[in-house]
Amino acid sequence: MMSLKNLMPAWVKRIGVTTALLLFVGGIVFWGGFNWALEATNKESFCISCHEMEENVFREYQNTVHYTNRTGVRATCPDCHVPKEWGPKMVRKIQASNEVLHKILGTIDTPEKFNKKRHELAQHEWDRMKKSDSRECRNCHNYAYMDYTEQGDRPARMHPKAFDEGKTCIDCHKGIAHQLPQIDQHIGKQNEGALEINHGDQPKAAEENAEKK
Amino acid sequence: MKLITTLALAAGIALGGIGMASAQELVNEIGGVTIEGNSKVNMFKPEKDQANIERNFQKQPPLIPHSVKGYNITQNFNKCMDCHSKERAEETGATKVAKSHYLDREDNKLKNISPRRYFCMQCHVPQFDAKPLVENTYKPAAKKGE
Repeated sequence: MMSLKNLMPAWVKRIGVTTALLLFVGGIVFWGGFNWALEATNKESFCISCHEMEENVFREYQNTVHYTNRTGVRATCPDCHVPKEWGPKMVRKIQASNEVLHKILGTIDTPEKFNKKRHELAQHEWDRMKKSDSRECRNCHNYAYMDYTEQGDRPARMHPKAFDEGKTCIDCHKGIAHQLPQIDQHIGKQNEGALEINHGDQPKAAEENAEKK
Repeated sequence: MKLITTLALAAGIALGGIGMASAQELVNEIGGVTIEGNSKVNMFKPEKDQANIERNFQKQPPLIPHSVKGYNITQNFNKCMDCHSKERAEETGATKVAKSHYLDREDNKLKNISPRRYFCMQCHVPQFDAKPLVENTYKPAAKKGE
């Protein structure tokens, strides 16, 4: 028993073995609780408990391949909108407190208000994806493992080209899970002056070639 | 009086029955293919991507040689124009929207695509593996110089 006491560090001796053990267990419980709370707010059911999400973006998403598909593998809200790695996840979770504030303020509490802000909200997500090189897409869709022979003619042609140009998923794949804001596609006058979609910057060589033409 | 009413009712039912039967016969088949057989065309399985499909007659709206699953045309966004618009066609390798789509109904040239052309799939149709219901002997008119 004497030898065990000798092995103990000085601070354990000072606070006593029982207190040290309690602190240890307390730490586990605290971390477990923290993680539990974090995961509880990282569920689709939590996201759509707000009618802002349920009435707008969730319903749009139900028509898309990430909600229903052949094999039933799904990407739920947090799979795309919350990073998986701990650090970026914490940053995103802290930023989300701003969304809680706007929930209380009722900034987008009707579909009309939501649609008015849709282009701003979408732009935030596109910027976030672009900045992280579409990290959340690539949690599942890793282009290093894409089999172009299994893809359709068009994706098999465009994917290698786009990757060579240094593009990322979100450059082309906008509006795949939710409806797009009003986009000016040069059809009639209705959408004139609305947002124009950026499909990623052309590489410099291509730009120079275009200028020469 | 009662007897006459009963007779009239019976006759009515009988005649109605005959009418119904013949109507049933009429809609049971379309061009030798039963409705049941016809409905076996899998409208949920579009054809895989293929090369451009040649036109059968002059000014035929080109057919869509690829799947359009999940491609929506909404008030905000026209998915087709994401590749086929003249601004995007070169990069995507898609067929460019024809010049005729920039004309209004008085044939005045517009800067933008005419709104009356907004719903692409009113004229351009995706392909399914559907056998013709009746034999079709249509041959396109000879092209110029043939």
